[in-house]
Amino acid sequence: MTRTTAPFGRRAAPVTAREQHGAYAVVRCRDTGGPAPRPGQFYMLTAAERWGGGEGERPFLPRAFSVLRAGAGELQFLIEDVGPGTKRLSELGPGEDLLIVGPLGNGFASPREGRRPILVGGGVGIAPLAIWQDALGAGGTESRVLLGFRDGPHAAGARLLKSATLATDDGSVGHQGLVTELLEDELDAHDDDGVEVYACGPPPMLEAVRSICMDRGVPAQLALESGMACGFGACFGCVVPTVEGYIRLCVDGPVLDAHKLESALVAGAGH
Amino acid sequence: MSVGFCGIELAHPVINGSGTFDAIAAHRAFGDELFERFPFAAFVSKTVTLQERQGNPPPRLWELPGGLINSIGLPNKGLDGYLEHDLGFLATLPVPLIVNVMGFSREEVAQLVEAFAERPEVSALELNVSCPNVETGLVMGADPDETARLVDRVRPLTDKPLIVKLTPNATDVPAVARAAEHAGADALSLINTVKGMALDPKTGAPWLGGTTGGVSGAAVRAVALAQVHAVAQAVEIPIVGMGGVQTGQDALDLMRAGAALVAVGTESFRDPAAGSRVASELVELLANTAV
Repeated sequence: MTRTTAPFGRRAAPVTAREQHGAYAVVRCRDTGGPAPRPGQFYMLTAAERWGGGEGERPFLPRAFSVLRAGAGELQFLIEDVGPGTKRLSELGPGEDLLIVGPLGNGFASPREGRRPILVGGGVGIAPLAIWQDALGAGGTESRVLLGFRDGPHAAGARLLKSATLATDDGSVGHQGLVTELLEDELDAHDDDGVEVYACGPPPMLEAVRSICMDRGVPAQLALESGMACGFGACFGCVVPTVEGYIRLCVDGPVLDAHKLESALVAGAGH
Repeated sequence: MSVGFCGIELAHPVINGSGTFDAIAAHRAFGDELFERFPFAAFVSKTVTLQERQGNPPPRLWELPGGLINSIGLPNKGLDGYLEHDLGFLATLPVPLIVNVMGFSREEVAQLVEAFAERPEVSALELNVSCPNVETGLVMGADPDETARLVDRVRPLTDKPLIVKLTPNATDVPAVARAAEHAGADALSLINTVKGMALDPKTGAPWLGGTTGGVSGAAVRAVALAQVHAVAQAVEIPIVGMGGVQTGQDALDLMRAGAALVAVGTESFRDPAAGSRVASELVELLANTAV
């Protein structure tokens, strides 16, 4: 069971801090009204004030974010300003409130018996891998961490995880190229029967991870993103195609076994 | 404040719009607290069609200033799937159940109405008429004669209250409303979503997998108010008013325009418990206001 149910309804979570990590903001808030989330679960976030009135008079809907870290009545979210919703959220600071619904969705499941976890992240998608690395480590399981970023300012987010091997598109940090090339090297060097892959990142990265793992018979759990209005199964907007037909990512994901997907190239993510 | 609606006793005047709240999925997300704090005075289930439907290809959503466009395409398990998998759970909700049905012909709608007519779990039926009749090509709810023929066909099949859910995408909505009333509808609900479209800013092609979709949210509130007002002038039967309701004041406005009940839809996407908040705000306003 990788789901913790959420309190019903939206609740206020006072922002306690904002930290900048290169291109990313970490927004920390106090949540005394909810349970501890499972790694890979997500929250719907709204700024309590000035939600709407941004570029194009948006945002209107809440935005879905995997939790970066959680503990002692605190939640942390990793936010990159890429549109009117994330712009507003990434500027939140102490004295302001988030309105949150969550934890929602399914989190990551533990590695199948004896398998060593490889965590593959791209961009802002590194967030759920941080809390997952912590949880695996607390259980005595060390993770191999491979992260990919666009450039140096984005690669600064890598410090949110421990002992990461990096790739950047522009070669400014680590391997010049794709994080999935690091994954292939890693898999070449080890027995495919001994590892399980956990991945979160942009759709092309997830699709490459899915394809690599399926070809090699390596189990993989992918945390996907899709345009989402509600986060609790009401709107039917966030469907992704699977071998069993469309499923709602918010209640049947966001973590999916790679073998359930025909493709991880989710249409319309990120509007 | 309890209210009567077509012989059904409701704890307050706020229900949900069909297709804007899935009680089964919400129970997975929120557990039994959903039952303890159920936000609506009656639950309207998502449209049931005769056959199972996968719905439209994604993307299905586009955010607007004060609203969104959805192109969902009525995914559902079909009549048999609904009866087998959903009805039992929905019957355990602490409020009356209203089942919304849609067919692609009058005979399909008749089959659906017949199937629910004898089910004691179901308090009322809502007819989604925002769909083309495959036999005539006309959207049933856009044409008064089509609407009358549909209601005529299904009215004798059940004693349960029949609510006709009107589409705003019609030339003369009050004429459709009168036709439904004359053919024996017990109530009307409006507005359904307003037809809209968005283009992919990068390619210029339609963004939504279904090309066009339905606009909802605050953006349509003024449209809803005008249509509820116009329909209330045209008919005697009760009206469920909806469209962009976010506050008790929005709900009160629709009641002042002639609605007996008010439905919350898109606002539930922003806050799953929005129905409870709107209801408590409305009850307080009603205590201090003459409608």
